[in-house]
Amino acid sequence: MADTHDKEIDQISGVETTGHEWDGLKELNNPLPKWWLYLFYATMVWAVIYWVLYPSWPLVSSYTKGILGANQREEAIAAYDKGVEARSEFADKIVATSLEDISKDQELLQFALANGQAAFGDNCAPCHGSGGTGAEGYPNLQDDTWIWGGTLDDIHTTLLYGIRTENDDARIGDMPAFGRDELLSRDEINQVSNFVASRAGVETDEGIDLAAGQVLYEDNCAACHGDNLEGIQEVGAPSLMSANYLYGKTLPQIKAQVSNPRNGVMPAWVDRLDPATVKSLTVYVHSFGGGQ
Amino acid sequence: MSTDTETHEGGHPDTWFESAKKIYPMATHGLFRRIKWTLLFITLGIYYFLPFIRYDRGPDAPGQAVLIDIEHARGYFFFIEIWPQEVYYLTGLLIIAAVALFLMNAVAGRIWCGYLCPQTVWTDLFLWVERKVEGDRRERIALDKDPWTFGKVRKRVTKHFFWLMIAWWTGGAWVLYFNDAPTLVWQLLTFQAPMIAYIWIAILTSTTYLLAGFMREQVCIYMCPWPRIQAALTDEKALNVTYRWDRGEPRGSLKQNKKLEAQGLPAGDCIDCFQCFQVCPTGVDIRKGMQLDCIQCGLCIDACDNIMTKIGKPTGLIGYDTDENIERRLEGKEPVYEIVRVRTVIYAAIIVVVGAIMLFTLLNRDFADISVLHDRNPVFVEQSDGTVRNGYAVRLSNKRRHTRSFMLHVEGMPANTLVEAVGAEANFAGRPIIEVGPDTTREVRVLVTSPPWTEMPHSTHVTFRITESVMGEVVTTNDTFKAPGKP
Repeated sequence: MADTHDKEIDQISGVETTGHEWDGLKELNNPLPKWWLYLFYATMVWAVIYWVLYPSWPLVSSYTKGILGANQREEAIAAYDKGVEARSEFADKIVATSLEDISKDQELLQFALANGQAAFGDNCAPCHGSGGTGAEGYPNLQDDTWIWGGTLDDIHTTLLYGIRTENDDARIGDMPAFGRDELLSRDEINQVSNFVASRAGVETDEGIDLAAGQVLYEDNCAACHGDNLEGIQEVGAPSLMSANYLYGKTLPQIKAQVSNPRNGVMPAWVDRLDPATVKSLTVYVHSFGGGQ
Repeated sequence: MSTDTETHEGGHPDTWFESAKKIYPMATHGLFRRIKWTLLFITLGIYYFLPFIRYDRGPDAPGQAVLIDIEHARGYFFFIEIWPQEVYYLTGLLIIAAVALFLMNAVAGRIWCGYLCPQTVWTDLFLWVERKVEGDRRERIALDKDPWTFGKVRKRVTKHFFWLMIAWWTGGAWVLYFNDAPTLVWQLLTFQAPMIAYIWIAILTSTTYLLAGFMREQVCIYMCPWPRIQAALTDEKALNVTYRWDRGEPRGSLKQNKKLEAQGLPAGDCIDCFQCFQVCPTGVDIRKGMQLDCIQCGLCIDACDNIMTKIGKPTGLIGYDTDENIERRLEGKEPVYEIVRVRTVIYAAIIVVVGAIMLFTLLNRDFADISVLHDRNPVFVEQSDGTVRNGYAVRLSNKRRHTRSFMLHVEGMPANTLVEAVGAEANFAGRPIIEVGPDTTREVRVLVTSPPWTEMPHSTHVTFRITESVMGEVVTTNDTFKAPGKP
């Protein structure tokens, strides 16, 4: 470390210079405290010890593992398992408690809402939106319009078995394809669609025979959607008087849904989520405010 | 600032580092030494014994007067209980502490450094042990040079044993502030304490042992920012430990100066005895003037006064004084001491104002709290019956030690507005009654629904008000009700 340069003492400060010079400016060799220097060496020694003990150096397709065998991935998995175990006390209680009674226990309700919120974000938000507001074709869970029912039990059943799934207990209710399957002619579809639109307060086409449309409605639609277009929840036929149409509330969209309908699918969660989580989700969705 | 050229002349010119020169402070006695002992007893007495003071808060609360309960997120100081969201009291305390440092500095220099700083206090204690075991300055210098005899080993072992005992007790006292002290002491003695307690004790034992036993003045000179800050805070009217060179110079030995006096030539009172330098815990020669290394502990004043008394001269050759006064005396004027100056008045006023604000907020502290968070998604929900619904996450805090019920009311909405709290029953007037357990918080989802077919503006200011059912304590907070109306 000691240079072989000529020793030069700065006249003003009386301190030796390092021999480095820039445009006449000379660097003084004001020494560091010894303990400071030793601390610096100690950090270097520590670095080497760390390399030996912990994973540190990247190799071509791997990395040095370190002799302590530290592995943060395993630690994370262990921590996750511990979390599941810690939750099991509440989870068991949720399973044992009826849906109505969960909200009567402060702690249990808090757990169910937190658990439900997390599960909703992971599993439901992609279709229903992070706030449960849905989108066209995906029902809004915040409002009071429920196609298959908005009570705790209704929501629970929908969550468990889904809608139009392979599950034996799934909710099934298909809107017939009146146009695609040639059950009605193009003119008849026009007439019945205009009739529904006129009742639901949607602008209709000019010069349509609404009386003929009404007859067509009574013959083909009333069995499911009701004589007064009020819908029948048991078969999942939505009210046509509602402000909310799942597939859009304009005349072209109504015609499309009569002619070549979309029948959306809600997955069955019974095989994918544990019972406590499905129950928590039920309570959480019900707590949005639209629940009945 | 000292340039300390001597150290380099005596050092090794070829090296890039410098060994710290060991300082052997000599014992002294006098007014400032007594003040320092007194403050040492008071500050360390508080530190070591405060956790053992009991304070009854009832059956379910900790009975320790001063306790920081990290696990349950509570701070206790006698009758005060602080929740995490009230940590701004600490801000007030820190402001007062900072300004008090400024005030001390403006009045009489580095009072903090010289008398109160833990580094100074513990170093003083360690030095006392060192002196008791190894003797005073001369003996210690000699001992360092001695070969390793049995006597030297015995002295060294004894010294380090007592140092480590003090250091261990220091670390041990620290962890007692975070746990029930008697319980933890018993756990520590029976080796049943949690690992983290032992770790903290080990950390603080080693820092105390190293900083007070070995680092000492190096901490003040190299590690602490306060010497640098204080240079910006002092002024020509601030009292500082000052060598009154107007009286002391020209210095010379007692004999020489007497000879000069006899010839009618000028002779100073300083007899160049180096006592001021030898008692200094940071190895400073105060006669070079104010310098960064000087912590202004006043021990050189004691040392010099003792010498002046012995040689029959007036004391106070070194004393608390200002540079301005030295100039004034040279000009033949009377010295002036202005403690009350603009800056000291401003500092004192800040302390009083912040202290008053803290006292006021503390005395008017609410024992209940409400915070409201409006749903962000969706902001509002239009329903088929013509109502508009807003959702809120409402958190109620009950700072009392028993379960309390609060009635929730939302003001600022039209009549027949529905207010529901998920999981809470409503009273006869339709207002939710929310029960909150002792010393805890509860979050409830609150749904506010406007009456059917009522024209609501884009945003309505509403007030959430909770009323405690027994004592009628009322707490409010403001939020808004959103609707699809025009802004």
